Amino acid sequence: MTDTLDGGTVSDLTMLQAINETLHAEMARDDRVVVLGEDVARNGGVFRATEGLFEKFGEHRVVDTPISEAVIAGATVGLAIAGLVPVAEIQFLGFSYQAMHQLAGQVARLRYRTQGRYEPAITIRAPFGGGVRTPELHSDSLEAQFANMAGLKIVMPATAADAKGLLASSIREPDPVLFLEPLRGYRGIRGDVPNGDHLIPLGVARTAREGDDVVIITWSYQVELACRVADSLHSEGLSVRVLDLRSIVPLDIQAIAEAVTQCGRAVVVEESCETGGFAAEVVATINEECFWSLEAPVVRVSGYDVPYPVGMLEDVYVPDEARITTAVRRTLELG
Amino acid sequence: MTIPSDAQLREILVDMVIARTQSGRLWNLQRQGQVGTVAPVDGHEATIVAATHALDTEHDWVVPQYREPLALRRYGPEILECFMLYSLGHPAGGHIPDPIRVLPNQISLGTQIPHAVGISWGMTLRSEPGIALVFFGDGSSSEGDFYEAGNLAGVINAPVVMLCVNNRWAISTPVHLQTAAESFADKAAAFGIPGVTVDGNDATAVYDAVDEARKRALAGLGPTLIEAVIYRLGAHTTADDPSRYVPPEDLEAARRDDPVLRLACHLRELDLWDDVAQEETEAEALGLIDSAFDAAKSTPLTPDALLDNCFSTDTQRLARQRFQLLQARMTEAN
Repeated sequence: MTDTLDGGTVSDLTMLQAINETLHAEMARDDRVVVLGEDVARNGGVFRATEGLFEKFGEHRVVDTPISEAVIAGATVGLAIAGLVPVAEIQFLGFSYQAMHQLAGQVARLRYRTQGRYEPAITIRAPFGGGVRTPELHSDSLEAQFANMAGLKIVMPATAADAKGLLASSIREPDPVLFLEPLRGYRGIRGDVPNGDHLIPLGVARTAREGDDVVIITWSYQVELACRVADSLHSEGLSVRVLDLRSIVPLDIQAIAEAVTQCGRAVVVEESCETGGFAAEVVATINEECFWSLEAPVVRVSGYDVPYPVGMLEDVYVPDEARITTAVRRTLELG
Repeated sequence: MTIPSDAQLREILVDMVIARTQSGRLWNLQRQGQVGTVAPVDGHEATIVAATHALDTEHDWVVPQYREPLALRRYGPEILECFMLYSLGHPAGGHIPDPIRVLPNQISLGTQIPHAVGISWGMTLRSEPGIALVFFGDGSSSEGDFYEAGNLAGVINAPVVMLCVNNRWAISTPVHLQTAAESFADKAAAFGIPGVTVDGNDATAVYDAVDEARKRALAGLGPTLIEAVIYRLGAHTTADDPSRYVPPEDLEAARRDDPVLRLACHLRELDLWDDVAQEETEAEALGLIDSAFDAAKSTPLTPDALLDNCFSTDTQRLARQRFQLLQARMTEAN
């Protein structure tokens, strides 16, 4: 624990520890919070994100469910109607395909279809993303598919401190939140995390690196890579800004417009397939908001238009520092 | 065994006659182009009405599919008012007001069963008395949600009553193409819970089965699957022509066992029902639905209501869309 200038203290935590501490704190703060999912109770989650909750809060509030993603998602609707605050875990985001009809057709539209009678204070956590050589369907980045389901908020933290601040806000949020945790970040990202109550409002982007030649706009683990690229290009005298969107719904349109207006050049990075990916939405937003401030076309860095590959091809698929660096150079050469 | 009193049976019949009469009116309104697609209640009245008469409306939840609303009168006049808005396509039709414990119609078949399990589970977590009763059809029982929800309900011992209304038809698909099981109630074995089959045209039998399942659930003994066997006497919906596939002799036989006529006959024998009661009840039913329809038609709706209640507050993007929508409407108006 370290003291900070504003009188608070911080702890050096991995993203996983930050998530676990936040779940403990939110369950202690509000006894309506219940955690449900596969292996979340006795095993503390396959990544240990829910470790210690079962021992501390008991079998009624921390529940191992059968392997049934649809009813995990569907039961959160009923639990929310009954006045609880469910925090469900889908063990890997790729498994959410087996819950899509509940997530898209029910969780996302509960408030809308009942015109506000019920408050869907539902959080669904799921790990996703590449870099850890998982079996098939464990690493897919499906955020764009969910962004097309009106009614869901999609939160994708990039740092340990944000994992805490955004998860606490998500659990307290009256709208349903899909909280996506990068597999590589669980133990691969660590940093100072404020102790005590730490809330970050949803829909407010963060400038991860200051700069004014070009802005890299991205989210989740790709923020880490974008920052490394920015730091590396700094030695060449290039000033690369990194804008961490933190959530893609709600989207901080204003922050995107400001960053692009100030830099004039932009690169958008995502881990999903290129076609229909969320980067395309960011590019469209730039066109609408600040097209005339562009000095060069916006460049996208995405996965390829194939299903997420098996382990030996993973590094070819997932954007890395080299591809991001090439994209930054390209946008500086264009226009 | 719990038998409803004669007075209760009469109340049940009144609600059944009202549901049947209003369903006929709604069918005509659809044919006149005044409302959207309608699913007639004919043949389902005893099951829906008697089941809900076995509930405590203050504590027990009803999670319907889509054919039930006209038969849920016991939960208050607001159900009909909302249903008429819903039939018009007014968004307020989905907002059944607090504290009425009835969810709006569910169109995505079977998805409501996990919701009912979640509600009943939530009530136990909050130590609230009450159960959830969920309606679904023989066709819906083929959806994965039925199995996932039934399985979870068994594991967590949820106080839920799963009422499978077997009306023999899922649009044009007969039950033998829906399942190879002997009965839908048999499927309870896979969940480790009791499964009961009742004659769904017999209001007393339905009342008793639901009452017993409810008491079991309240005693902490967990869920029950009830299969109520009936026959769909009308079309699937106003968009369907059952003469293409329903054997006329089967329909004729089913009409002889019409649940409304059956209970009316019984109460006539007890001198609790007669032609006057029938006519007065039908007139009341028409008065209620007509005034609910008039109220629905005069319920205001602004174009930007389109964007209301998607989120608790507008996101930046929704706020922009709202501004653009209102601006476009003003330009058009000028």
